[in-house]
Amino acid sequence: MTVTREDKPHLTRQHVLQLLREMLRIRRFEERSAELYQQEKIRGFLHLYIGEEAVAVGVMQALGPEDAIVATYREHGQALARGVSMNAVMAEMYGKQEGSSRGRGGSMHIFDAATRFYGGNAIVGGGLPIAVGLALADQMQRRARVTACFFGEGAVAEGEFHESLNLAALWRLPVLFVCENNLYAMGTALAISESETDIHLKAQSYRLASEAVDGMDVVAVEAAARRAVAAIHAGSGPFFLECRTYRFRAHSMFDAQLYRSKGEVEAWKQRCPIARFTAWGKSSSLIHDDDIAAMERDIAAEVQSSVYFAEAGTWEPIEDLCRDVTTPREAR
Amino acid sequence: MNAAPPASAQRVTLTYRDAVKAAIREALQRDQRVFLMGEDVGRYGGCYAVSKGLLDEFGPERIRDTPLSESGFVGAGIGAALGGMRPIVEVMTVNFSMLCLDQILNSAATIRHMSGGQFSIPLVIRMATGAGRQLAAQHSHSLEGWYAHIPGIRVLAPATLEDARGMLATSIADPDPVLIFENVLLYNMSGELAANAGAVDIEKAAVRRAGHDISLITYGGSLWKTLKAAEELVGVGIEAEVVDLRTLRPLDDATIMLSLRKTRRAVIVDEGWKTGSLSAEIMARIMEQCFWSLDAPIGRVCTAEVPIPYPKHLEDAALPQLPTIVAAARAAVGR
Repeated sequence: MTVTREDKPHLTRQHVLQLLREMLRIRRFEERSAELYQQEKIRGFLHLYIGEEAVAVGVMQALGPEDAIVATYREHGQALARGVSMNAVMAEMYGKQEGSSRGRGGSMHIFDAATRFYGGNAIVGGGLPIAVGLALADQMQRRARVTACFFGEGAVAEGEFHESLNLAALWRLPVLFVCENNLYAMGTALAISESETDIHLKAQSYRLASEAVDGMDVVAVEAAARRAVAAIHAGSGPFFLECRTYRFRAHSMFDAQLYRSKGEVEAWKQRCPIARFTAWGKSSSLIHDDDIAAMERDIAAEVQSSVYFAEAGTWEPIEDLCRDVTTPREAR
Repeated sequence: MNAAPPASAQRVTLTYRDAVKAAIREALQRDQRVFLMGEDVGRYGGCYAVSKGLLDEFGPERIRDTPLSESGFVGAGIGAALGGMRPIVEVMTVNFSMLCLDQILNSAATIRHMSGGQFSIPLVIRMATGAGRQLAAQHSHSLEGWYAHIPGIRVLAPATLEDARGMLATSIADPDPVLIFENVLLYNMSGELAANAGAVDIEKAAVRRAGHDISLITYGGSLWKTLKAAEELVGVGIEAEVVDLRTLRPLDDATIMLSLRKTRRAVIVDEGWKTGSLSAEIMARIMEQCFWSLDAPIGRVCTAEVPIPYPKHLEDAALPQLPTIVAAARAAVGR
């Protein structure tokens, strides 16, 4: 396959700053979310994406507005990188009706029709068959679109992973499977849950084109995602991208992290996707200190305003409890 | 000039299987977004031969054979519905649907509410259900009552040729997930149907036989046993009203209670087990809504609480049968 120019990242100053800004937005949003959780503004489960930002940001660069996204319960990063408004995401975390899902879903169930963001699926592996179906609809309606499906390496142990890879490959569907391999399914290490820990090899066994990439390197992820999307558009069927990454924070806010050492976490933090990209950008004279300062200022303001928005949001009236369980008869 | 006879006057003889097939064929002809997907629906012609011949007519893209991946292809049906298609997914039997319960319960039934009403799932899932063919404990259960437990989906049980022919079109037009349960003993049932039979209502229960002494409430494969029981009861001076639920979720309380207020007695006939069941739910609703109209405790004829056994005499003993229905009705009336 000939790689056209559009299939590669263009590391212009503008693009480099955009990548940094998008990763920083996720990082600062989530740091604030953790504080809001301690303050009991955000309740339920909160699964932070901190450390994995390069995956969502890198993959989204390769997608267009016509493409679809299916994500997991750790999906704030994907939602923000996709362009779901920060206000709507924060209000959703608060459970306010101004949230992306009217507050019904909370942190784990962000949905947004405008950006074709299909959740926010909190059954591990449950999103994969849905992504297969979205891609099937595109294929049957002869639309040149891609469905990107994010999931963790824990999903690899689920039957739905295998069923979905087989169906997508069998029917040559335009699915980009993005495995965010952060090495732990909650607290269970990959090595004690899988007989084969080299995950992209599993995809190869279903005859999917596959690639493993450094998920802590946003440019590497973007480049791989662009190659993958180009291959899908060229009609070669689904593509499997394993992004090797690490979550710096606990699985959820209830996790004491007994299953991994502080040393291991610290070693991965040395590979922080934001710090690493910033250092490279500075050394290449593409990012300057005042860029970062301005960016931090803007993002802090955006995060703060999302908090104001969520605080000012309203609770869905109890009379609406059963609204939208099914479509109202009059709306049919 | 002679007016043509109304089309409804023309009758055709066909089986329940033919009626389902005609409904699928019409749906495929009418709407390019409709396709049929499931195990052995294409080249094999369907496990119960419902889709036999459709592959030749519509091709493998729209009569889509799947691997044995219930969760995968039901989830794909959900995704395809989200993507603008109108899938009909066939799960070979309700027993196998346990393998895709996650997708039905956690995705199909929840996404509309959980997304704040942004996404609907216009998906139809058809399954065979019921016992009576000596297929033992992993192919004979009636689990439709479990599905009737779940908010966010509609559950149908067509018992007649009209409903087998007509419920599918209405279900496909429905913007939300609909599960259709076809009792395996009905596929060979033959009868007459209007040549122009089409879409039917999927909201209301139907009174299949009017009577004033007792209401026999049933659905699906048990309807025909219950109607026979009603005929037998005439011999002892009991005129039974037979209510066919048709839609198991949401239940049509109005039709049930209207019948109860007239007859003041009821027996529920359900091929499901008793414990935590649809029959228990109907009893509870009658207690809530009709308690002061009752003249006798409500009776139930259900499947014995065993996994369905293989030998015919034991399978028969496990299931609701004519004599047990008659006995339960007579006990309730006291005649």
